[in-house]
Amino acid sequence: TDASCPPLLLLLLLLLCHRPFPFFPPASSLPLVTIVPPIKPDNGPQAYPEAEKANLPVFTMNYPRIQIPFEITLWMLLASFAKIGFHVYHKITIWVPESCLLISIGLIVGAIMHSVHEEPPAVLTSNVFFLYMLPPIVLDSGYFMPTRPFFENIGTVLWFAVVGTLWNSVGIGMSLFAICQIEAFGVQDINLQENLLFASIISAVDPVAVLNVFEDVNVNEQLYIVVFGECLFNDAVTVVLYNMFSFVAEMPVVEPVDVFLGVARFFVVGLGGMGFGILFGFVAAFTTRFTSKVREIEPLFIFMYSYLAYLVAELFSISSIMAIVTCALTMKYYVEENVSQRSCTTIRHVVKMLGAISETLIFFFLGVVTITTEHEWNWGYILFTLLFAFVWRGLGVLVLTQIINPFRTIPFNLKDQFGLAYGGLRGAISFALAFTLPDNIGRKQLFVTATIAIILFTVFLQGISIRPLIEFINVRRTNRNLGTINVEIHCRLMEHTIAGIEDLCGQWSHFYWKDKFMKFNNRILRRILIRDSRAESSIVALYKKLELQNAMEILDTVSGDIKTNTFKKFLAADLRNMHDILSKNMYKIRQRTVAYTNKHALPNDSQTKEILIRRHASIRRSLRPGSFQSTVSRKTPPKAHSVWFLHESLLEEVAYPTRRSRSSRPARSSSRAMMPLRRLDTLTEAPSVDAVGDGGRTDHGVSRTDSSYSDSHAAPRRHINSSDDQDSGSVDNLRNNHHEAQEEEEQPSSSSPVWAAEPRDGTTRNPLLRRPQWNPKKK
Amino acid sequence: MGAKQTRAEKYQDLMDKTGFSPEQIKNLHTRFQQLSDNEETISREDLEKIPALANNPIRKQIIEAFFDKRNQHQNEVGAFQEIGFEQFLMVMSHFRPPTLKTTEEEKEAMRKEKLRFLFNMHDTDNDGTITLEEYRKVVEELLKKSGAIGLEAAKAIADAAMLEVASTNVPHMAPEDFYEGITFEHFEQILKGLEMESRMHIRFLDVDTTTMRCGKSKS
Repeated sequence: TDASCPPLLLLLLLLLCHRPFPFFPPASSLPLVTIVPPIKPDNGPQAYPEAEKANLPVFTMNYPRIQIPFEITLWMLLASFAKIGFHVYHKITIWVPESCLLISIGLIVGAIMHSVHEEPPAVLTSNVFFLYMLPPIVLDSGYFMPTRPFFENIGTVLWFAVVGTLWNSVGIGMSLFAICQIEAFGVQDINLQENLLFASIISAVDPVAVLNVFEDVNVNEQLYIVVFGECLFNDAVTVVLYNMFSFVAEMPVVEPVDVFLGVARFFVVGLGGMGFGILFGFVAAFTTRFTSKVREIEPLFIFMYSYLAYLVAELFSISSIMAIVTCALTMKYYVEENVSQRSCTTIRHVVKMLGAISETLIFFFLGVVTITTEHEWNWGYILFTLLFAFVWRGLGVLVLTQIINPFRTIPFNLKDQFGLAYGGLRGAISFALAFTLPDNIGRKQLFVTATIAIILFTVFLQGISIRPLIEFINVRRTNRNLGTINVEIHCRLMEHTIAGIEDLCGQWSHFYWKDKFMKFNNRILRRILIRDSRAESSIVALYKKLELQNAMEILDTVSGDIKTNTFKKFLAADLRNMHDILSKNMYKIRQRTVAYTNKHALPNDSQTKEILIRRHASIRRSLRPGSFQSTVSRKTPPKAHSVWFLHESLLEEVAYPTRRSRSSRPARSSSRAMMPLRRLDTLTEAPSVDAVGDGGRTDHGVSRTDSSYSDSHAAPRRHINSSDDQDSGSVDNLRNNHHEAQEEEEQPSSSSPVWAAEPRDGTTRNPLLRRPQWNPKKK
Repeated sequence: MGAKQTRAEKYQDLMDKTGFSPEQIKNLHTRFQQLSDNEETISREDLEKIPALANNPIRKQIIEAFFDKRNQHQNEVGAFQEIGFEQFLMVMSHFRPPTLKTTEEEKEAMRKEKLRFLFNMHDTDNDGTITLEEYRKVVEELLKKSGAIGLEAAKAIADAAMLEVASTNVPHMAPEDFYEGITFEHFEQILKGLEMESRMHIRFLDVDTTTMRCGKSKS
């Protein structure tokens, strides 16, 4: 297939790079330009041999100079092509998680490399992995973590992360030590410390593949967030245990004070990581408050600060993963309010991209290195490792759930527990930690082999089988199609109600703290960290976002109808006017991250789109078919003209606060503003309307949907269309509609009493109806 | 002794009606005494005096919910002027969480009950539907604390929400149709996915937290 040609070529290229000799002249010794001064031949004895007469080389090659970046790029490309290749058959990715596929490709490449006796690049050395490859993945996870479920379940998450990992490590270590005593397996030289060290490596879960399955299957959000959070936060414990045990493995005797120190170290590591993360998060948020003039480098701050948090934590040997995750969590909320829409999109996109490429590379190299390292295989040890890992995980989940269920409002039932236990795959971190084992451990190769074995086993077996199993046992699902305004309103209503009742009966729970935090947030934090710190209700934010979506959608549907040459005919003044109006009245609309983000894809807003599409469909259906000049397109041509400009302006982001745009009679100015956007042949009628409408308004406060609708609706309507026939008024209104915010509310006025129980006076008319427009046909 | 007996019986009665445990009832009773200044009944003013409630945007609706007869599961309409402990408990019982032992039907019933509570908060004129005006009122109250938005925004949002309800529930509405208001069935429909029974709950503690300043529970 087409998809496989490039990777094969790349592979060849990679191999060639490693052995340039048979194919290219020795490159290392050639400078780019060789100029040798001409030597006059002497007849007498010569001190130096005759230099060769060389001409200016036309073609030179200098491979070592670019070797490292070149190979990095090629490896990345190869892995990415593999990723493309998987999606050629989409059925594959449903049944086999991507990590499995990547490992398989890596295995194949590794086999090829092994057969030509090449060494793979030393990617999985400690430094490269921990400093370059791990941070993007963790940043990706932390940035897109759904915060509300996380904070609601934070106790459970930390419980499983900390205690669960401890349980696993100690349990597996002890059992393996017991196994080691059995002579038959020949591993008696592994002492307790080394076993514990090994166990701490393999108890770090990394459920990348599982999370993907969970999302696709829509498992209930508590399970999802616990699995997600556990994998992020067990790093603190793993790091501590690893350091402690590797330190201890070199000591002949372990004393109780060391254990105590270990516990103390755990707290330092965990809390220190979080502390650094929060610190850097706030600094980043504060910095973005001042970046409005340097929009191009805004995303840079996010990445630099997160990376800095990571590195500083590494400096002090505290949990860098917790630092970067906390940093991302903290700064996301404030930064996304401060930066421009484009920067916001860029940040999200780049975070996802870096995370994806890192993950791809890691799994790919996992496969490659599997083949090319020297293994030491010991059936007994490895099989028992697998067994114990499985058993202890299951036991751990069972016991821990029993203990924590009484504290949970939505307890985990057995199915959830199964998902939790079965979803404990091992992955990249275990792999890297295994490679960084100190060399003085006698059986390092065995440990490496065992780690690889367990990773492959869990990723392949559990990764592939978890989807059918989850579907079979029918784990409780969460319905996530909830981007509607009603849901938002009622969620807020419910939260306030509960907070109120809690206050009333003096019983507190996390709503109380959430309330308190939100107050603190609004009063203090937002003032400091956000440039434009008016507290915006999430309802309004969602509403605006839906509007923007709707407008975009309309643009999508009509953009095909636009003929580009039409807008040349607009007058220059009109153009300026249009831009002016539109730019001043585009709200800064923040796209809220949807609650769940697919691990391997960007935030997906197709669900809110659906609501809008439905709304739109109902609106369209209620439009009269014969009222448009062109019956072919769904939208009338005039809208197409105006929409062209809207498209332009929508893509610029301009902040104009909602407050300032409200004015007493905004529709008038909107009438005037809208004028130029009408069809060409009616352009001359503009002045007449102007005279009727405005009367010297200078304020361009065009009312957006959440400004004074009813007022605007009422007054002009009375003036202009008082004599209108309902039907034709609506028709022409529709034709002249050009404000993107209005497009979603097109309904012929005859449908105005859609729910309006009020009489037909202006002030209480349903604001979502047709904004009163001048009617050019009527003079 | 005699007093204790009747109290235990009374608690038993309340337990059956509301599903609380004896400790929880005792705690709530203590709180009730606090709120009512040791009298038998609570009036609206007593509840309005609670300082913590002052910042809540929908304070009025919450307080009103306590005096709403529809929340008493007795098919009456109207409002009380004062409520006793039993009515207090009945309203509180709307917020009990489901346990591991709750069956699916019970969960379904719970969800309906909680949704009914929210519905009653909207439907102030007791006519069984939420009209645009009523919806607007609630949205305005909700957004009041956000400051910057104002009445028109709230109106527009309420209208958009109504439009959503209309379009999801009555998909083939002709232009001349008149959407009266949100009925309870439509209300249920739009909030179907929310798993109300798990989300709308309060953890009623078995320990007396009214005097413990640090008492909090987390899930």
